[in-house]
Amino acid sequence: MNGVKLVIDRVGKTFLEKKGGKSTVALHDFSLEIADGEFVCLVGPSGCGKTTLLKLVAGLEQASSGSIYLDDNPVTGPSRERGLVFQDFALFPWRDVRGNVAFGPEVLKVPPAERMRIAEHCIDVVGLADSIHKYPSELSGGMKQRVAIARALANNPELLLMDEPFGSLDAQTRYQMQNELLRIWQDNKKAVIFVTHSVEEAVYLSNRVVVMTNSPGMVKKIYNVDFPYPRSLSDHAFIVLREKITGCLSEESEQIKNGLLLSPGNDKMQDVK
Amino acid sequence: MVWEGAALLANIPQLFPTPVAVVMALGQLFIAPGPPGLEWAGELMGNTLISLWRVIVGFALAAITGVFLGIIIGWWRNARDLLEPVIELLRPIPPLAWIPLAMLWFGLGFKPAVFLIWLGSFFPILLNTVLGMEGTPHKLIEVARTLGAGPWQVLFKVGLPSATPSIMAGLRIGIGIGWMCLVAAELTGSNSGLGYMIMYYYSTMEASKTVAGMLMIGIVGFLMFIGLKKLEDKILFWKAA
Repeated sequence: MNGVKLVIDRVGKTFLEKKGGKSTVALHDFSLEIADGEFVCLVGPSGCGKTTLLKLVAGLEQASSGSIYLDDNPVTGPSRERGLVFQDFALFPWRDVRGNVAFGPEVLKVPPAERMRIAEHCIDVVGLADSIHKYPSELSGGMKQRVAIARALANNPELLLMDEPFGSLDAQTRYQMQNELLRIWQDNKKAVIFVTHSVEEAVYLSNRVVVMTNSPGMVKKIYNVDFPYPRSLSDHAFIVLREKITGCLSEESEQIKNGLLLSPGNDKMQDVK
Repeated sequence: MVWEGAALLANIPQLFPTPVAVVMALGQLFIAPGPPGLEWAGELMGNTLISLWRVIVGFALAAITGVFLGIIIGWWRNARDLLEPVIELLRPIPPLAWIPLAMLWFGLGFKPAVFLIWLGSFFPILLNTVLGMEGTPHKLIEVARTLGAGPWQVLFKVGLPSATPSIMAGLRIGIGIGWMCLVAAELTGSNSGLGYMIMYYYSTMEASKTVAGMLMIGIVGFLMFIGLKKLEDKILFWKAA
């Protein structure tokens, strides 16, 4: 771990609901620094603004307050430096595996031969060399997510943003994909921000686990995970840390249950500009 | 068999031709000299060619204008707010209600027919294109933007391919309606084409030739539909699992 890669400086995001004109604070004064090559997991109750934060870092949404810097440059819009991987893959169904992965280099006007070479290399990295000409409708969930990761890697991003990427996979595939991701990350040492619901997944994968408070989303607590890779899910220290974070997280969930805080869904809201 | 029996029983060949009579009429029409300029093709094929050409021109115009406007309306909210009221006002008017105006504007023959076909095919093509563009999954647009795509690249590399199934459906519906409009236009505003031909043999009380013409209209319409469906399957191969 050397220099600071990403700085999230007191970022706030307020949404205005389409009906009624009520506003909801999704994020409030959220600050976090991510080091070069670091793997950071975000966990928090649903609706706490984890996805909103990723979209802000990706540049798909504009922060209502505060700023985000990548390598000291302010983030103003989407760019190839910040690759995003969605839970539901978001593959282009009309493109085959290679076409999907080559999309980034293609829109960046990389010459065809070079972009095919990049695509094939990235497909190789995620272990899909045999399915290079298949279409998304012919792939399983795990394979689709590999394509989505390869597609993000093809642009050689500085930072990989992953929004519950393994959330829709079955347990077996999920475990396999986690190890795959760790292998890819250790090979190219890109910084990763990884949103997940699973504390176990967070502890298994990351250098740091950031627990977020419930709406508005703020940093509640940050846990360092110092265990060497590969980690064991049944290791005593692992279980202790997992339980500690789970406890911290469930305080937030308890608050929702007790009705102290209402957490509206993010879907029906509109941007305030 | 039932048709033949019923027609024989009715025994009014001017009104209820038997299938045998229709086949014979088809043969006669096939051999008879074609309309002016297309004498070599025979009456049946000559008129079919005339009708086909009108449909192709009208449909091509509708496809170009419908898809083009549909992309604009479906992609940019401002364009939709501006153009949608006009379109919603014009759309409920049946194309056939335009026949008198079409004849006033364009006289008889090729031009009014093309105009009516364009009118008939235009709206389903436009509306399906709009629907397809609007239905572009938001996630795909976001992912394209994070991969570095600019606004035009998002439109042409995400919006348009994503809308293609819907556009193809619009083209298929459009050509069907266009074909119907053609026949209607030829029944009244024309002196050639399949529509005119069946109307002509109505006036000479040759029902067998009228039915023969109807059969041809059905066959050509069906073939166009099949052709477009084949093209669609080819373009949308990625949809098949």
